[in-house]
Amino acid sequence: MHDKDEKMQSAYGRIHGLGSAKDGTGHWWAQRVSAVALLGLGTWFVYAVLIFTAMEPVAARDWLAQPLNSILLALFTLTALYHGQLGLQVVIEDYVHTHARKYAALVLVQFVTYGAMAAVVYAIAKISLGV
Amino acid sequence: MALAPKTHKRPLSPHLQIYRPQITSVLSISHRLTGIALYFGLLLLAAWLLTLAAYPPCFAWMQGLLKTLLGQVVLFGWAFCFFYHLLNGVRHLAWDAGAGFALPDVYRTGWAVVGGSVFLTILAYGTAAGWWVNFI
Repeated sequence: MHDKDEKMQSAYGRIHGLGSAKDGTGHWWAQRVSAVALLGLGTWFVYAVLIFTAMEPVAARDWLAQPLNSILLALFTLTALYHGQLGLQVVIEDYVHTHARKYAALVLVQFVTYGAMAAVVYAIAKISLGV
Repeated sequence: MALAPKTHKRPLSPHLQIYRPQITSVLSISHRLTGIALYFGLLLLAAWLLTLAAYPPCFAWMQGLLKTLLGQVVLFGWAFCFFYHLLNGVRHLAWDAGAGFALPDVYRTGWAVVGGSVFLTILAYGTAAGWWVNFI
């Protein structure tokens, strides 16, 4: 039974949920998936910045208000913030060894990330929907 | 309760101070450093978007700040971090897939990332700043 099961699983499926904390692989995978997404979204962001800087502020705001541009900007900023949170988490876990400081730093990064996400969503909604 | 004395300053085994920097280790730590810088840049982008959406006077102030020399240095630096992290990220994804581990490949792709990120940074920053307007 064991052999058969293994053949039906990917390499990732075999190790998912293992290890002392049971979630290291999930973190690793989320970092890679968001990285792949950011290859495309980041390239669009460069294009958006170049378009934006070539325009007057009012015209640039209108350009950003178009549905596709609003959606792509939201996807880029949220994915990038998420990817950054995952990355900072690893850096903190690697270099901050005092228990209290480590968890304080991890919680701070979470709060700051979610705060920035909320701000970005609000800003894009307001620009796009004009509320 | 006997606590181990913490005052001993024993030398660590061969450590950063006496290692000659290698492209492998320098590019590796640069990936982390640029990642951290990019995160703080994203917070700046979030603040900038918020002022664009809701606080026009603050937005004008921020735009003015970005036009100063310090602002331009920050933008140029963020652009470099962006392209470096993007290109080196592709390298990391290739390694995750098991490709490019031979030492000559590691050196070759490493220098390609350095050259590519410098090139793309200048290309993008120069385009935004209108450097090539007279040549087109």
